[in-house]
Amino acid sequence: MSDLAYLLPWQFSPTACAVFALTLALYVRGLVALRRTSGAIRWWRPAVFLLGLALNYAVMQTYFDFLAQHMFWIHRLQHLILHHIGPALLVLSAPVPVLRAGIPEPTWRWLCRPGVRVPLGRLWRALQHPVLAPVLFVGLIYFWLTPSIHLTAMLDQRRYLLMNWSMLIDGILFWWLMLAPREAQGASALGYGMRCIILTAVAMPQIALGAYIALSAKPLFDVYALCGRAWAISPMLDQQIGGLLTWIPAAMMSAVGGIVVLHHVLAEERRSGARAARQTSDASARVPA
Amino acid sequence: MSPRHALRAMLVSAALGLALGGCVQRRLPDHMIDVSGLVAPLAFHLTDQNGQPVSAADYRGDVVLLYFGYTHCPDACPTTLATLADALAHLGPQAKQVRVLFVTVDPRRDSTAVLKQYVNDFGPQFVGLRGTHEQLTRVIKRYRVSYHYEKPDASGAYEVDHSSAVFIFARNGQARLLAQEGAPASVLAADLHQLLRGA
Repeated sequence: MSDLAYLLPWQFSPTACAVFALTLALYVRGLVALRRTSGAIRWWRPAVFLLGLALNYAVMQTYFDFLAQHMFWIHRLQHLILHHIGPALLVLSAPVPVLRAGIPEPTWRWLCRPGVRVPLGRLWRALQHPVLAPVLFVGLIYFWLTPSIHLTAMLDQRRYLLMNWSMLIDGILFWWLMLAPREAQGASALGYGMRCIILTAVAMPQIALGAYIALSAKPLFDVYALCGRAWAISPMLDQQIGGLLTWIPAAMMSAVGGIVVLHHVLAEERRSGARAARQTSDASARVPA
Repeated sequence: MSPRHALRAMLVSAALGLALGGCVQRRLPDHMIDVSGLVAPLAFHLTDQNGQPVSAADYRGDVVLLYFGYTHCPDACPTTLATLADALAHLGPQAKQVRVLFVTVDPRRDSTAVLKQYVNDFGPQFVGLRGTHEQLTRVIKRYRVSYHYEKPDASGAYEVDHSSAVFIFARNGQARLLAQEGAPASVLAADLHQLLRGA
């Protein structure tokens, strides 16, 4: 196999290619449009967005996908990217204004029609519910790691795709709710205190599940023996690394999320402090000496 | 958030969980897994031990057992194939309607001649299949299995890690069961008997 072949999809998915290409096209179009109208966007935002997009693409549509199908710990790494790191990077790049600028006007008008906007808005608000969102986030991890369900997801191509897409979409929804600044979230913005509670709450069950897998005395997931591992590794070692990946970096993401939330709080305080100072200085300027 | 909203959210989550729980796979006793509707129907283009190009259509009407291995395999392949031969012996004359397709993941060493001698040792129902790299890749992608060559020793001999499951297809080519390594011949024979009756 040539080196280049490792970059090609193991199982080509037209949906994945279409979604990633469309997102990239919208983003680039938006960047160009914004540069023309409102000037510079700091360079690191597109860099972070493209890194997030590239990571998600790489774990779905390169040789990595083969390794993820045939090695439990690489599958866990794949989900760490699809459900945690990739979506968090996308959200941290504050992509909404850019993507909005990239949407062609007729499409935007169509999206704004009440028949489209209202149901989409309802669905969005339901998924951004402060109880449902974390339940869904943790629930999906537990669901796809239930051994009998994990087996079917690895045997059936359609379920496998459903699994990976559900992780990516839910990851974006969850990390948007956690990491987007309050002013970007609009009417349904979630308070920063509540976010810290949710981040702590989702870390606990991930730690418990990761520890359970890592410390389990026997193999829990048959499918890797049935269908073959990507290379020779002891099944227990494979499972232990996979458990650790579910346990530590996944839970660490909650700590990272907490730092981002703290940053938002401080930025907001700084802004309101500056505003207050301006008002005072304006007021004192108006007082005749 | 009001308590009523919280309750509603919890109910929605619970309902979602139950609905998704419907996907849980039925697990049969004794190393057999029901894979109806999960694993792709039988399809491939390979070459048999007589050098004839064959495809899944050539085995339509038979119950097919698909297994991936290689003739230099020290333990897993001979054990599994011997168990399958044993299961066929349990079936008696009905065994004529069963085919065991042994796909080699080591076509470099497993020439048609080598394959022919190897499968003949297990019985007339055993078919040895090999393919080009592209043909083999297509089959392993379809059945979501893998193989991996170990480092060769001083004499150039090497082992190949590969899948351990036997994929079992009904007469119409639909995947039905997965037999785990270690499935006893009697259990296999009972399930094959059911499939032959059209169940």
